[in-house]
Amino acid sequence: MNIVVLVKQVPDSGADRNLRSDDNTVDRGSANNVINEMDEYAIEEALKIKEAHGGEVTILTMGPERATESIRKALSMGPDRAVHVLDDALHGSCAVATSKVLAAALGQLNADLVLCGSESTDGRVQVMPHMLAERLGIAALTGARKLTVDGSALTVERQTEEGYEVVTASTPAVVSVWDTINEPRYPSFKGIMAAKKKPVQTLALADLGVAADEVGFAGATSVVVEHSKRPPRSAGVKITDEGSGGVQLVEFLATEKFV
Amino acid sequence: MSEVLVVVEATGEFGVKKVTLEMLTLARELGTPSAVVLGGAGAADALAGKLGEYGAQKVYAAEGDQIDGYLVAPKATVVADLVKRVQPAAVLLASSQEGKEIAGRLAVKLDNGILTDVVALEADGTATQVVFAGSAIVKSKVTRGLPLVTVRPNSVTPTPAAATPAVEQLTVTIGDTDKLARVVERVAEQKGSRPELTEAGVVVAGGRGVGNADNFALVEELADLLGGAVGASRAAVDSGYYPHQFQIGQTGKTVSPQLYIALGISGAIQHRAGMQTSKTIVAVNKDGEAPIFELADYGVVGDLFKVVPQAAEEIRKRK
Repeated sequence: MNIVVLVKQVPDSGADRNLRSDDNTVDRGSANNVINEMDEYAIEEALKIKEAHGGEVTILTMGPERATESIRKALSMGPDRAVHVLDDALHGSCAVATSKVLAAALGQLNADLVLCGSESTDGRVQVMPHMLAERLGIAALTGARKLTVDGSALTVERQTEEGYEVVTASTPAVVSVWDTINEPRYPSFKGIMAAKKKPVQTLALADLGVAADEVGFAGATSVVVEHSKRPPRSAGVKITDEGSGGVQLVEFLATEKFV
Repeated sequence: MSEVLVVVEATGEFGVKKVTLEMLTLARELGTPSAVVLGGAGAADALAGKLGEYGAQKVYAAEGDQIDGYLVAPKATVVADLVKRVQPAAVLLASSQEGKEIAGRLAVKLDNGILTDVVALEADGTATQVVFAGSAIVKSKVTRGLPLVTVRPNSVTPTPAAATPAVEQLTVTIGDTDKLARVVERVAEQKGSRPELTEAGVVVAGGRGVGNADNFALVEELADLLGGAVGASRAAVDSGYYPHQFQIGQTGKTVSPQLYIALGISGAIQHRAGMQTSKTIVAVNKDGEAPIFELADYGVVGDLFKVVPQAAEEIRKRK
């Protein structure tokens, strides 16, 4: 099975993150940039499917030059190769334009299965799997907590507000996963060394047949007008329980009219 | 005034979700609200009354297995056709997984910009979003097409404005590519009478400090006394204390209730991402240095197994 895993490099969600003051985009220069955590679960799932059914796992990333660090990190977990869509014109791309570029790249990769994380920790927009499925005319099974592959038949179990659903589709398809689906492996020393030699193909917009004015700021379908730091919450009253902490807490709730 | 389409979120038992009423309230500021019901057979008739109470002048309905039997693709096709026909001033959907997914497909079908997790929307289409774990506020605009916006629950106070909507059944023409992801089974899990996590006015959440799954009964008890929902930190979910669908934080749900009570939660940045915009925050933790206290309006440093039962008892006394 030919599997492509979408990997996005994002600023570490465990540290302070900022938007740039000049163009309102994510400030990647000052951030500690890492693989979007949810994507690691997609990589793990791809490797498990390959181990069980054979095939090839390709990492697909769209991002600036520094995203190569995340690509090598992803490859160190075990995938076979990577494709990096790299073009200065991509800076400032909206989700709609991003999906156009990724769909064009996927069109060249002939994937049976496209795996990705359910959301990125920076944008948290959650639309990419369905945008890609819409463009490629293939199925999207989103939010998988369990994925079963049987030949070309895919079965996904997905969490819903009211319980869970079982959803089926045939390949080719896009499947997005939550962090409940597996436990991603740590790269081994051997894996890290091997990753350095794995092929990483760079594709520019021209290679994908996408015009520069369809992406980036030129082709954006939405714009950030302004941004500001949200004033940090200030700590209020802090008491130490000396036997009546529960009563005092309820006293506070009563003043705020919650009780 | 132009129509504003509000794509209705409802439960499987045809209960209108609160976020739908918030969207109708918001839509009235932008134009004339029309509700779009996409669901099982009979959904529109069951929901129309409630939608009218909050100002829906019209209810468009697409119902039945061809809508409900697949993941969002048929719904997006129906809404896209409707948008082309009625040329609305804006389209509002809930910032739920399904709402975002329908919106994503609509954006591609209509080659239209999309804004998600919006907490406020002005008449000129300027949307406010809170990003990066609640640390930054962003104002954005769709620059191609109409404002296609998903609204985060608990962003607007729903206010009634009675109307008597006419129900129009839509002719549904969906293609083969809309039927690729088939729902073969829906399993409802027991969740009792508690409100849904993202919509609840009160959320009581437990963390690693709760210690084990059985002890979560304490969290549930306090939630029930306050009429709230139960949440859990990632640490608690990863330890198997509580199911994943109740996880709050960077890799779980985002909540913004009137009252958030954190029990035994240290308040790592990933957790704060999911609750930082709550109106009032209360924390109980035995570690006085826990970062959760930095944002708590009221903090109790103490043993939650002493503080919480005492608080529960006190609430019962006052009832």
